[in-house]
Parts: sequence; C-alpha cells; structure tokens
Amino acid sequence: MRNKLVYVLCLLAAGILCWQLYNILLNLPNEKDQGAIYRIVYFHVPAIFTGFMGFFVALGASGMYLATRNLKYDAFAAAVTEVSLTFATIVLATGMIWGRIIWGIWWTWDARLTTMLVCWLIYAGYLMLRRAIDEPTQRARLSAVVSIFGCTDILIVWKSIEWWRTQHPAPVLSVRDGGGMAPGMESPIYWNWLALMCLAAVLVMIRMRQENMAREIDSLRRMAHSY
Amino acid sequence: MIDQRNFMYMFYGFAAAWVIVTVYVGLLALRERRLRDELDRVRRIVEDSGKRS
Repeated sequence: MRNKLVYVLCLLAAGILCWQLYNILLNLPNEKDQGAIYRIVYFHVPAIFTGFMGFFVALGASGMYLATRNLKYDAFAAAVTEVSLTFATIVLATGMIWGRIIWGIWWTWDARLTTMLVCWLIYAGYLMLRRAIDEPTQRARLSAVVSIFGCTDILIVWKSIEWWRTQHPAPVLSVRDGGGMAPGMESPIYWNWLALMCLAAVLVMIRMRQENMAREIDSLRRMAHSY
Repeated sequence: MIDQRNFMYMFYGFAAAWVIVTVYVGLLALRERRLRDELDRVRRIVEDSGKRS
C-alpha cells in the first residue's frame, strides 16, 4: 500500500513538474527588468515553502514527542527535518545563483539571507546533534528542543523582508500582499509547490522506513546481548 | 550577450536544484542498502544466538 502511494506521488510530482517546466520555459515571457533569470523563482519559492512547511511539521512532531514520549514522533520529526533541510539547501543555492546575476554578487549579509543561513545552520546542527547522542530518549528530548527553537527563526526569516529593507526584494506574491505578479506568472509557483510537496512526502516515507529499520536493528542488538 | 548569460544562469539554478535532490536521493539509497545489510547481519546473529541458547 505504502509502495503504491510512493509511486503515485512520484508520478504526480513528475507530471506536474514536466507540465510546469514546459509552461515556464515556453509559455511565460521574460520579466521586464530581470529577463530570463526570474524563472528561478519557480523553484526558489516552492522549495522554501516546502522546507518551511516541513520544519513546522517537525515542530508539531517534536511537540508531540515531548507530550507523549513516543519515539515514533521523534523519528518522524527527524525524517521530515532532514528532507526539509534538502529543500532549504536548494533555496540557498538557487538564491545565490539568482543574486549573482541580479545583484552582481553571490552573497551578501542582508537580513533575509543571513536569517535563512542561520535557519539552515540550526537544522544542520539538529541533524549533527542526533548523530552525536546514542541514548534514544536523551537524543529525542534534545532534538525536540532544538526543533522548537529552530522554528522561531523561521518566523524571523519570513518577516525579515518586512522588518528590514535590505537587499532582498520585499514581498511580491499576492498572498503576502505584495504587488503580485502578472496573471499566469504566479500560478506555476503554487503548482511547483504541490509537486515538491509530493516529492517531499515520498522522501519522508522512505526516510521513515529507514528510521524503522534502524529501530529494529537496535532492538535486535539488545536481544542478541540478552542471550 | 546579457540575455545569453541570463539564460545560462537560469539553467544553472534549475540544475543546482535537481543536483541537490539527486545527491540526497543517492545518499538515501546508500543508507538504505547499508541498513538492509546491517539488519540481515543482526538477524543472523540473533538466530544463531537463539539456537545456541
């Protein structure tokens, strides 16, 4: 059943991405000031939406772990965080390439970029922390705290372009009361977001299976020691 | 010239996104194989220990 769901989600994601790639490259015009490079927005923004959504799901799972002490929630939080960090990496990489053309520089210590980098470092630290602690309940408790702490930075990243007017553009999307984009130019962002969410769901399911295998290995090891 | 550079960097951006996803999927596949091998090994150890005891 789960394998079937993985295939269905993969096909759905591939279908939407191919359709939108065709739309983005062949149907949409170049942006007036930026030319072709603006099309990076169709991966940059959906990737951050997917990443942030994942970090919030991990926050919920971490909270559930602290409330119930059930290690399944901890495993789920770890799986979702790892996948979300992949999408956060995409955001930083595509943003740097975009900035190279539009600003003439790969990186600047602007409020949005800096807070996003801090967010990336917090969640990379979360994964490193998990590798450093062997005892499962201690690892789960400390990881949950870091996950909750990390989510406060997401709010700062989100609001940074309103609080500080630095290099990164102010909100553009109509959902954030930005100026909005021309009709037809905004919808591919949401379609790609849907596709990346499907892809993220597949990756989380695979990652969860691995967490379950790791748990089985641990319990078998304990059983072997008890003989 | 600027348009050509613009297009090139747009493709770099798209490529970067997919390279990151592909590398992550590759790492997941490697980890899965390592875990399966480890699981088989530990299962054999448990079975052997069970028979001996």
